[in-house]
Amino acid sequence: MARRDIQEINAGSMADIAFLLLIFFLVATTMDIDTGISRLLPPMPEDQEKEDDQEIRERNVFVVLINKDDQLFVEREVVDISQLRDMTKEFFVNPNDDPSLSEKRPLEVEFFGEMMVSKGVISLRNDIGTSYGKYIAVQNELAAAVNELRNDLCMERFGKKYDDLDPLDETENELIDAVKKVIPMAISEAEPRITTK
Amino acid sequence: MSRFKKSSGKQVKAINTASLPDIVFMLLFFFMVTTVMRETELKIQVRVPEATEIKKLEKKSLVSYIYIGKPHRALQKTFGSEPRIQLNDQFATPEDIRDFITSEREQMDENDQKQMTVSLKIDKDTKMGIVTDVKQELRKSSALKINYSSTKKVDESLLR
Repeated sequence: MARRDIQEINAGSMADIAFLLLIFFLVATTMDIDTGISRLLPPMPEDQEKEDDQEIRERNVFVVLINKDDQLFVEREVVDISQLRDMTKEFFVNPNDDPSLSEKRPLEVEFFGEMMVSKGVISLRNDIGTSYGKYIAVQNELAAAVNELRNDLCMERFGKKYDDLDPLDETENELIDAVKKVIPMAISEAEPRITTK
Repeated sequence: MSRFKKSSGKQVKAINTASLPDIVFMLLFFFMVTTVMRETELKIQVRVPEATEIKKLEKKSLVSYIYIGKPHRALQKTFGSEPRIQLNDQFATPEDIRDFITSEREQMDENDQKQMTVSLKIDKDTKMGIVTDVKQELRKSSALKINYSSTKKVDESLLR
């Protein structure tokens, strides 16, 4: 006698269950954006009177201004945002020791020995009416300039890009700190001022 | 010739839908993996800007969110059309930020409090005045780790 066919479970309702779950998830969730530009804010000054302890020489300050019409001024000249990255890099690297660009000082750094480190600081100021999109674009260009310099330095000395270093590995983490010492991300944001123009 | 039996009813065979649940489960898994359960209902519209130098936020449990943008069209009659701050589910002013940070901190462990990050989801057309007020309040509350929420932009200089 032939065996009877084994009865199969009726899977017709599986599709219905799946649809129900799918609609639930479609309705109850969002595709959240979890990426962004990280920053560390400076702590509030203890003493309201003395905000800058050291006097920074004017040549070491890279002045970046954005006015309420979203125009970009670097060192008091109107500049297009595409040029900002290269101008920032030139300010820090200062290959010909130009007296209008940043000064350098010697500093002993692990893995590198004695390096000439720039004393430069970027001072970013915006108007109350500046748009946030433009502010982020400028922050992005400044961060990109610093990252490119760090990548180039790391590639030149160690054959790896700075972005590819893993902070969880001990030696690589120390390398990250060393590169950060040679090329610091020194962006100081001033209180916004209403520009007269 | 006589062996071939004609099928008695000349009906068109129905599509085999045995693989339908498989397709639906695929879609379901996709949504389960890529989305996040919505916790706050956004009363404002936020389109974040694009940037290239971005980092992913780790440890979502240690992140607090501040939203700034214009209210939705439907709510504009009651709340106006100027950009506003939204904390959790309500509109707020810069002064409310300090209490918000304190209450978010209390929900975290002692050790994790230093790692707290504030994610600023701000519409790209907002003016900097309100953003600077928020940043000043965050500085006063010692919430110094911030992240400007933005989507990844393809770096055009790398394409050249």
